Amino acid sequence: MTLPPGMSQRDFSAALRQLETAVGKEWVFSAPEDVALYRDAYSPFWDEEEERTASAAVAPDTVEQVQSVMRIANEHRIPIYPISTGRNLAYGGAAPVLSGSVVLDLKRMNRVLEVSEENAYALVEPGVSYFDLYRDIQDRGLKLMIDVPTPGWGSLIGNALDHGAGVTPMRDHWSTQCGMEVVLANGDLLRTGMGALPGAETWQQYKFGVGPWIDGLFSQSNFGVVTKMGFWLMPQPDAYLTGTVVVPRYSDLIPLVDTLNFVENSGVVNGMPQLGSPLLGGFFNPIQSELRELIENGASTDELEAYARRQGAGYWSCTLKFYGPEKSIAADWEWCQDKFAAAIPGATFENGEQFRFPLSTEEIEAITRGQALGSRNSTLPEFGIPSLTMFSIGARSATNPNPTEGHMWFSPIIPRTGEAIIEANRVFSEAARELDLPINAVGFSLPTTYWNRAFIYLFGLPVTKDIATNRANREKFERLVKIVAEHGWGEYRTPPAFQDAVLATYSFNNHALRRFLETLKDAVDPNGILGAGRYGIWPRHLRGGRV
Amino acid sequence: MKRAFVAIAVLGLGVAVDAAAQDAAVEQRGKEVFDDWCSACHGDGPGKPGTSALQALYNGQKPALLEERTDLTPELTRSFVRTGVTVMPFFRKTEISDADLDALAAYLAP
Repeated sequence: MTLPPGMSQRDFSAALRQLETAVGKEWVFSAPEDVALYRDAYSPFWDEEEERTASAAVAPDTVEQVQSVMRIANEHRIPIYPISTGRNLAYGGAAPVLSGSVVLDLKRMNRVLEVSEENAYALVEPGVSYFDLYRDIQDRGLKLMIDVPTPGWGSLIGNALDHGAGVTPMRDHWSTQCGMEVVLANGDLLRTGMGALPGAETWQQYKFGVGPWIDGLFSQSNFGVVTKMGFWLMPQPDAYLTGTVVVPRYSDLIPLVDTLNFVENSGVVNGMPQLGSPLLGGFFNPIQSELRELIENGASTDELEAYARRQGAGYWSCTLKFYGPEKSIAADWEWCQDKFAAAIPGATFENGEQFRFPLSTEEIEAITRGQALGSRNSTLPEFGIPSLTMFSIGARSATNPNPTEGHMWFSPIIPRTGEAIIEANRVFSEAARELDLPINAVGFSLPTTYWNRAFIYLFGLPVTKDIATNRANREKFERLVKIVAEHGWGEYRTPPAFQDAVLATYSFNNHALRRFLETLKDAVDPNGILGAGRYGIWPRHLRGGRV
Repeated sequence: MKRAFVAIAVLGLGVAVDAAAQDAAVEQRGKEVFDDWCSACHGDGPGKPGTSALQALYNGQKPALLEERTDLTPELTRSFVRTGVTVMPFFRKTEISDADLDALAAYLAP
């Protein structure tokens, strides 16, 4: 049995008994088979000595119980690791960063506390999943749309705290949060923003209250346990429309991105755009053998453009997505066409999909079928509908007889320019050759557009149950972290195995950021019991001598 | 004697009715657990990765839909839920409690 570091079995057992008193005996898990359920199913350390495993888990049902747990943990110096739904797969799952931590499992706190249709917000507890909120809104017939990440079983709070994203106009989950309630390491209870005002009537309407806006301190950190959070939602729009811009030349990528930035930053395109390449294929459209041969033989840009002309395909495409009144978004699409046509000679345009909300059952089924078949059409998340279809990637299927056993996301942020995409492809192709990476190094990889102001690349490195393979892939991951940092890029989110390495790359002025975070850590959690090591923030006694 | 027999028979029927009602309640709960936790991957229709995976694995020799299987013993269901397989992770007791897992296993059992 794993124990909290430096703690005797006897002392730990005594502490567990106190926790049982606080939350009820059945909600403290210490039997090995129960604690094993808190392993990270996609751990890159699976079955290794370094695998991060819990000593026990405690599952409170109320804020008061969370406060009691924190007080007991302080008294006994027990490391506590909070999780919300524990479904942050590929970024850590339900396992702690520090082995021997007691997982504070908040899944039971799954109440949708309030949904306001008039002011378009919800207030939820950490155990509420996207499925839960979606069902609640549907059951009550409210005209609201939620934004969901691709797997819908995650926690709204957990996902926002880890800076997750979806695809609709409200896709930047952290920016849509408004007001939170936090249990601090000492058990004290804090409300942020307007929530700090007793009797506040605008907790979910105005973020900032007065003074420093501290909500960000509780994201990707270990300064408190978030027990409530507000989220702004989008009123159900009238309609949805897509249109695709296709451009003929390699160099068109640069004005394509510049113009995309313009139409998004102008607030005209509000859905998540999708960059693609009719020529170079994509995730679901494997590259043609003739083209593969051309690229592998080092074809020049001119040769590739000639190939594109022979195929009648453009070099790049960008699908724009609009939500709003039917007439307005049709006009928005027209305006965008004017902008792209002016910036890029030879640009052509294809009208895409059109839907009116609410979608019919038949429409939802057709979208689901298309998504399952890997079409490039819109998917359920575009309509705020949660699903687990994402797990088709890696699962056994007619075309994939060898299912994977998990993956870990390597997800660097790069500048939102065409030049940066070209440079990133050069860097990633070189890294793929150097590291023999299990990613497709032939062709061209395009970034994802979760955020208006920066691109993100998402590479899923496989996790297996084979120790040697996992070790090799961890080394590759760590090398990738360094490679991108050398180019001024950094990860937006990373699995626990690499959180120290990633924070170490954010090293401006002799790691001023890390030093500041450690100063805060020592102030708000002097016993260093909460979330030790999360995102590279360690309490003083676990810094390995670093002061 | 006859009256005693009738009384016993009625009592027996009452027990049988109670047991049937209990079984129905357990199965109903099992169906709810399936709908909440399993159907997003193992339900009917497109976009269900678990159903697609089992279709590919069994190639028609067994139903791809778990709800149509006739060989899912309670032990098998419990094992998959608590240990996972390939990309399917295992489920904690705060998600599917032991009682809910028993109900699910009963619902899926032949």
